[in-house]
Amino acid sequence: MRKFILKRLALSVLILFCVTFIIYLIMRCLPSSFVESRAMQLATAPGAKPYEEWLSQLNAMYGLDKNVFLGYLGWLKDFCTGNFGDSWKYTVPVVEKFNDTVWLSFIMGTISFFFEIIIAVPLGVIAATKQYSRTDYAISTFALIGISLPSFFFATLLKLLFSVKLRWFDLIGIVSRDYAQLTPFGQFLDKAHHLVLPIFTLTIVSIGSLMRYVRTNMLEVLNADYIRTARAKGLSERKVIYHHAFRNTLIPLVTIIGGSLPGLFSGALITEQLFGIPGIGYTSYYAMVIGDIPFSMFYLTFLAVLTLLGNLISDILYAVVDPRVRIA
Amino acid sequence: MSDKKQSKTAAPKKNEAYSLNDDRRVKVLSPGALVAKRFFRNTLSVVGLGMIIAMFLFSFVGGFISPYAEDEIFYTYTDMKKNYVSATKNNVFRYQNADAQTFNSTLQAKFQLAYNQKNNTFDHQNVTYTIEELGTDLYAISADGTELALAYKDIVNAADDVSPVPYALKRAALVAYTNGENTFNVGAKTYALDKDGNIFDAKTPVAYISRFIVQAAEPGLNITHEFKEKLETALDNDDSEFRYTDESGEEAVYTLEYKPDSMTWNIMQDKSTYVKMTYASPSKEHPLGTDANGMDMITRLMYGGRVSLVIGFIVVFIAAFLGILFGGISGYFGGWVDNLIMRIVDVFYCIPSTPLIIILGAAMDAMQVDPKIRMLYLMLILGFLSWPGIARLIRGQILSLREQEFMTATEACGISVPRRIFHHLIPNVIPQLIVICTMDLGSTILTEATLSFLGLGVKFPFASWGNIINDVNNSFVMTNYWFIWIPAGICLLISVLGFNFIGDGLRDAFDPKMKR
Repeated sequence: MRKFILKRLALSVLILFCVTFIIYLIMRCLPSSFVESRAMQLATAPGAKPYEEWLSQLNAMYGLDKNVFLGYLGWLKDFCTGNFGDSWKYTVPVVEKFNDTVWLSFIMGTISFFFEIIIAVPLGVIAATKQYSRTDYAISTFALIGISLPSFFFATLLKLLFSVKLRWFDLIGIVSRDYAQLTPFGQFLDKAHHLVLPIFTLTIVSIGSLMRYVRTNMLEVLNADYIRTARAKGLSERKVIYHHAFRNTLIPLVTIIGGSLPGLFSGALITEQLFGIPGIGYTSYYAMVIGDIPFSMFYLTFLAVLTLLGNLISDILYAVVDPRVRIA
Repeated sequence: MSDKKQSKTAAPKKNEAYSLNDDRRVKVLSPGALVAKRFFRNTLSVVGLGMIIAMFLFSFVGGFISPYAEDEIFYTYTDMKKNYVSATKNNVFRYQNADAQTFNSTLQAKFQLAYNQKNNTFDHQNVTYTIEELGTDLYAISADGTELALAYKDIVNAADDVSPVPYALKRAALVAYTNGENTFNVGAKTYALDKDGNIFDAKTPVAYISRFIVQAAEPGLNITHEFKEKLETALDNDDSEFRYTDESGEEAVYTLEYKPDSMTWNIMQDKSTYVKMTYASPSKEHPLGTDANGMDMITRLMYGGRVSLVIGFIVVFIAAFLGILFGGISGYFGGWVDNLIMRIVDVFYCIPSTPLIIILGAAMDAMQVDPKIRMLYLMLILGFLSWPGIARLIRGQILSLREQEFMTATEACGISVPRRIFHHLIPNVIPQLIVICTMDLGSTILTEATLSFLGLGVKFPFASWGNIINDVNNSFVMTNYWFIWIPAGICLLISVLGFNFIGDGLRDAFDPKMKR
């Protein structure tokens, strides 16, 4: 087991190295609109240096004058020593901005993930046990609609219904106008109130795939021989499903849930942007659009790490949960 | 299993015609027919197929049926209030020199001072000037018995608004006007003056007197005397609007609006203007109204559907091509080739695709890539980022297939390696491939729509369902013009849902373990 984990970690580092290099290459080869527009802006100030001088000065300042490979090595060295640089757009250290925003995304992700599980698992099980029934069709259709629903369209519909027509929620933002005057508990409630629609959107949009996964696995288990045996023994249907079948469904379920835990930190780019929630997705979206290399590099590397971590966790959990599996 | 059922239902009639062991008694179905049968028995997949066919007809045939072109702009007349003229009531003195005299600005200021202090004389450089009041707000300034200038507030304009009014005429007219007389003489001539301030030289108007200064809002606009008169009556009566028919016979309503800060009246003309028909409500000509650029919405939706569907197909084609190539090679050869390709796949899996596409889209924005070329890039990028999933699937299937006997047989027959992979292995993977491609189609359309929604995908003038919905970034459009974005969202939902239904149905239909 330990050998397996070490091997996987070593491989992950190698993959991460390739991924960061590719991303760095892409970011550097693109015309850095940020530096150019900044130089343009500085050059128009009265009595300023000409544009070209500003451009070369800024390039030197941001370390863009070195060639791509040296630049990458420099970035890698800084990254390994824990120096992630300063964000160009937000003009604060990347880690500081990241720390300010990631927890909001994490809370949002966790709550919606929680709802996702408590809704998707029972519905998936019910759909599988009543395969081809009307309930099954209804649940499958619901799951597929969830998958097919463009999140921006669904979020806009919710906004139109609940914010514009019913006026229950604010259209955009994380706090109300009177936030500063509220008591700490009131401030908490205010933020919670603003998170209702985004969390609802996230839950509905992501619930479908988990539901289908549960249904497929449950169906597979229900077709297994030991279920037939259990039924042949004369066990009640309830016991067959919840005692014998469901426990076995949990094996793939736990691995996939464990594997998606790191993803809770990744933020929801579209949803956060639409609802104006200053989470990591929202923050990095604007950083990426403006061409802020340090922040984008950090965020993309962070996402890559999360993906690798998720895969590793689900592989390990697979072995932990299922005693039949032995990995070397 | 289903062919057994088939024979049961079909049996009773045919039993009489064929003997028991006649082959024709049993209807033989090919594997393909079996799959199709299972597929069509599934309600959801049939619904999905119907949805996709409907969307295809809508997008590809609809574009031909629609009477409008993709980027045809519609115009309409709309009543708009346009600033026409502004009027100010004159309350400062204006000066006119007597013929061959000067009355410079220093003297004007001195006069103003004297006027404010209600003095009848003022001194300047040892000369004493006397002020004579000729009427209300009308003064004559003279020095040593010669009249130098006239200070007045009512303004005398020539009838044609251009030629200057002679001093003598002006003076006599103003005196008569302020004192409420009907006639006055200048030299030997007698002029008539009506109560509106029009001056006639035997019926022909020569000039008119008015307190208001009227200025055109746009240069080059000729304001007629008649209009001014109308305006003045309206101002005197405190009307909020009046009608006026200009020389060309066009009647328009003019609205007066007083601005206290500048003490002027803005006169606005209600004129029908030819403008782009933006956000027109649904009507017979435009069943879904028009968009922000005055283009027919339903036609845009049709062309947008073409773009979205075509992009989806091309991207999936690219991804499937790369996936089959790398997955096939990797699965067949195994060993270090497999290891290498799978590590590449791992790397691709690990690259966060959405942020990367956003960065690329923003860079293309900065480079101002032509919208057509941009669409091509978009397809290439999306296709290049989505092949690893297909490659993994193909590889996994081929790994198990290549151990089977028929592969040993191909080897024994001496069939070449590419032929073995692409003729004997890949066809066996087709079912899974079709399923994953159908599902990918849906997700690709979603990704493209999301990007276009963010303004980083397909760009104007091309329509795509995503960039049609983009308009909701303006909350006014979101709240007031549902017909702009809801139909596009529904089209998107129907297409993606349709592909997912079909994919799901196909998966079940291809599954040999299926019980139905």
